[in-house]
Amino acid sequence: MRYLLVPFILIALSLNVFAIGVDKDRLHDPAQEARAQQIMKQLRCLVCQNQSIVESDAGLAVDLRRIVREQITAGQSDVQILDFMTSRYGDWVLLKPPFKMATALLWLGPLFLLLVGGFLVFRYVRQTPVKATPEPLSPEEEKRLKHILRDNNK
Amino acid sequence: MIAELGHYMLVLALGLAVLQAVFPMIGAARQDGRMMMIGQPAAYGQFIFSLAAFASLTYSYIVSDFSVAVVARNSHSLKPMLYKISGVWGNHEGSLLFWVVFLALFGALVAYFGRGLPKSLRARVLSVQAMVGVGFYLFMLITSNPFERLPNVPFEGNGLNPLLQDPGLAFHPPFLYLGYVGLSVVFSFAIAALIEGRVDPAWARWVRPWTLLAWVFLTTGIVLGSWWAYYELGWGGWWGWDPVENASFMPWLVATALLHSAIVVEKRDTLKSWTILLAIIAFSFSLLGTFIVRSGIITSVHAFATDPERGLFILMFLALVIGGSFLLFALRSDKLQAGGLFAPISRESGLVINNLFLSVAAAVVLYGTLHPLLSDALFGVKSSVGAPFFNLVFGFLMIPLVMIMGLGVHFKWKRADIKGISQRLKAITGLSLLAALMTLYVTYGGDIMPVVWMGIGIWLLLSMLQELSSRVKLGQVPLKDSLSRLKRQPRSSWGMSLGHLGFAIGLIGIVATSSWSLEQQKVMRIGESMTIGDYTLRLDDVIAVAGPNYSAVRGIITVTGKDGASFMAHPESRTYISSPMTTTEGAVETTMAGDLFIVIGDAQTSGRWGVRVYYKPMQVWLWIGSTIMVIGGLFSLSDRRYRIGSPQGKKAAGKKNTRSAAHAI
Amino acid sequence: MPFKRFLPLFIFAGIFVAFAVGLTLNPREIPSALINKAAPEFSLPPLQGDGIGLQTADLNDPDHIIIVNFFASWCGPCRIEHPALEHLGKTEGVKLFGIAYKDRPSHSLSFLKSLGNPYAKIGADLKGRNAIDWGVTGTPETFFLKDGVIRYQHIGPIHEVQMEEILAVIKELQQ
Repeated sequence: MRYLLVPFILIALSLNVFAIGVDKDRLHDPAQEARAQQIMKQLRCLVCQNQSIVESDAGLAVDLRRIVREQITAGQSDVQILDFMTSRYGDWVLLKPPFKMATALLWLGPLFLLLVGGFLVFRYVRQTPVKATPEPLSPEEEKRLKHILRDNNK
Repeated sequence: MIAELGHYMLVLALGLAVLQAVFPMIGAARQDGRMMMIGQPAAYGQFIFSLAAFASLTYSYIVSDFSVAVVARNSHSLKPMLYKISGVWGNHEGSLLFWVVFLALFGALVAYFGRGLPKSLRARVLSVQAMVGVGFYLFMLITSNPFERLPNVPFEGNGLNPLLQDPGLAFHPPFLYLGYVGLSVVFSFAIAALIEGRVDPAWARWVRPWTLLAWVFLTTGIVLGSWWAYYELGWGGWWGWDPVENASFMPWLVATALLHSAIVVEKRDTLKSWTILLAIIAFSFSLLGTFIVRSGIITSVHAFATDPERGLFILMFLALVIGGSFLLFALRSDKLQAGGLFAPISRESGLVINNLFLSVAAAVVLYGTLHPLLSDALFGVKSSVGAPFFNLVFGFLMIPLVMIMGLGVHFKWKRADIKGISQRLKAITGLSLLAALMTLYVTYGGDIMPVVWMGIGIWLLLSMLQELSSRVKLGQVPLKDSLSRLKRQPRSSWGMSLGHLGFAIGLIGIVATSSWSLEQQKVMRIGESMTIGDYTLRLDDVIAVAGPNYSAVRGIITVTGKDGASFMAHPESRTYISSPMTTTEGAVETTMAGDLFIVIGDAQTSGRWGVRVYYKPMQVWLWIGSTIMVIGGLFSLSDRRYRIGSPQGKKAAGKKNTRSAAHAI
Repeated sequence: MPFKRFLPLFIFAGIFVAFAVGLTLNPREIPSALINKAAPEFSLPPLQGDGIGLQTADLNDPDHIIIVNFFASWCGPCRIEHPALEHLGKTEGVKLFGIAYKDRPSHSLSFLKSLGNPYAKIGADLKGRNAIDWGVTGTPETFFLKDGVIRYQHIGPIHEVQMEEILAVIKELQQ
């Protein structure tokens, strides 16, 4: 799926994107590390294509991961850390955009569509018959019906 | 010479496509049988010529004719043959050619299998199919000629990206394209029906196998792509809500909705204009998908800016095809009369609600994918919409969809008895609650949503199994009778059961792997150990390995499970000789309980190695589930009901129906 | 003819317009969130010797437009924009400062030795942490400040053809 991006990534970044780096500063407390991972998943790797900083070895992603962990160690809250990022990179750094005027449609759109669609569906399945009585059978159809019934009763 | 021949073939194919577009359409309007007849031979000829063009390009790749520009750009004489050939469609020009070949193939198939169709309908379908083709031929010939020669022939081509040399990568785009193009037939049927002003159960019966075929291809393509990302990119990720991925997911969602709504048209002769609309939207998403991937408009790459001509053409083409279809829909869809009715609680209602959620889901993906673009255009604000957003919204949106899926299969056509069903589902609902509680216990302290989802997934699985067993009267009649009933189930109900069972299994896998994955990384010396979940890994050795065109470091790792049983894992990190880049070949140990995914990195300082490990619980369920879904689709496709155009098939089906009717009496 | 049937057409028209507008945008341009905000507090070592190479106080110069350029010796595009920087360094009423991004000082020095040093002062941002405070995503990036406030940002190399635009911005800031 991401194959088409690969060449672009390669051009845009250093060639070693796919080399495996290892974060040496992982937090010893598993709960804190899990929190760090949660936050990192929310942050866009700014020099990649639509990846979070968890999934990239790009230099900037590594730096940002380090900052997240440092701030968690320093006792910052999740909100404070995300604020730190947005004050530098804008909302663009957040993979889950905050609710604002500009994102209202994004967040409320699905709900709106469900309500409108639900209403339409509701009306549709409750509609009263338009043609209650079927049209009478034509002579040929009568004949065929008789034929079929006779066949079946044999 | 061969390339020029290919170019010439392409022009001929365009000529035939124009004939095929114009005459049958006029003929159908005037009820002129001879003019309508032109459609078939033109469709066959167009296919043959486009295939010849494709063969010429393939030949240029095989013999590495670097005087052809696309070959020089995308191939290399040292590439393995498989990748020389897959390179044909691995780029902009080639993929377009690939597209039109399949477009023409599907046109020819309609011409061949559509002998049972009403003459004017077939003529119009072929004409619409050719109109789409004309657009593609022109696009290719004007802006992206695959047969362009280079004035200075390079000595060697420069397409030898090792990362792109992977079977998963070589073969998932063709499946996606087949899916996209398959939807073109459905689209042509829809437009033809709008022009005719007539949609009836027979129409739905002709359209459904094409939808099914396209759906099977799309599903296969998406899963292969996902599978490739999982194994090859080394992050253990299989779905990233990337614009490119979304581009293939949107037509899939709509095609799935269409698959279900066509049943309602077929059974109840109603829901027609909605089904037509879905058919148009499904193909529009295919076009959008093709061009989003190619244009870079959303993937934020400069490609478009460097080639405004292509961009303009694409925009005009999209406007014409999609805008034109929607206009036609607006003007003509009132001609479609609704027929039969059904109660608010019935199988039909279930399918309508399924359509509601699938369509809203597609709209969410569409808007989420376009939001960054819109926000930039309207507010001048750069914003990102990524996995955390989609996962959240989809997580909620899918709950009612899955519920209606599990309930809907028990609903009878026309009118269902809700009391009886809730009575029947008591046992499995209890069991799933128990399963959810167990999940809660095992993962105590974690998030609550995965627990809810696990319960729902298991409930769906059980519900599908119960539906199947009640259909064969398991437990009510002797086991032997049940088995023979199972054998006598029509293929399409097998398809339904397998498709839904596969979905349930895949869903359980998705819930588990995305909720409870573990990840560990460590810089290790030889002899050192690390633990992840129930496993302990010891790095025994790291050796250098030479491959055909790469050198690699290979980790020798002993993995010991909780029960003391151990196995060896050999992850590699490869550095290619020809181009200075590194790829990872993770070692994956798969069990039903989960995958252990081990990746080794380059040497760190002095005899230390970076090792990253993932534990992906129930990952394989996703692959198994989606495979079952595809098999279900194939089963359904082979149902005799859909053997289009074969009169024997129809007769046989008819006979069978009367027989079962007699049985019932 | 009910409006409902035209809805798909209208929605498509909306998307189409967005696409058309989207075509004219450059998707790589990510404006900094720091525009019209004060420059971040920092103090960086020089490329050579001890002490301070560049710090926030250097940017509060009421008489000059301050340009801060992030560069690195390993960065190819930085070579492309070097002539433009030399031009800016000599422009009246402008002070050009450089911040070497994740670069070994010895490498930065030989880079500047071979191409010429347009910078009035240089700070070494060895770990790239200062760059993050500026919202920098890569090199080269150039900031234009007046009275210690960031007013304009240029992402990517400054090409010769863009010089006129840049000089116009400077002129505007000077007024």
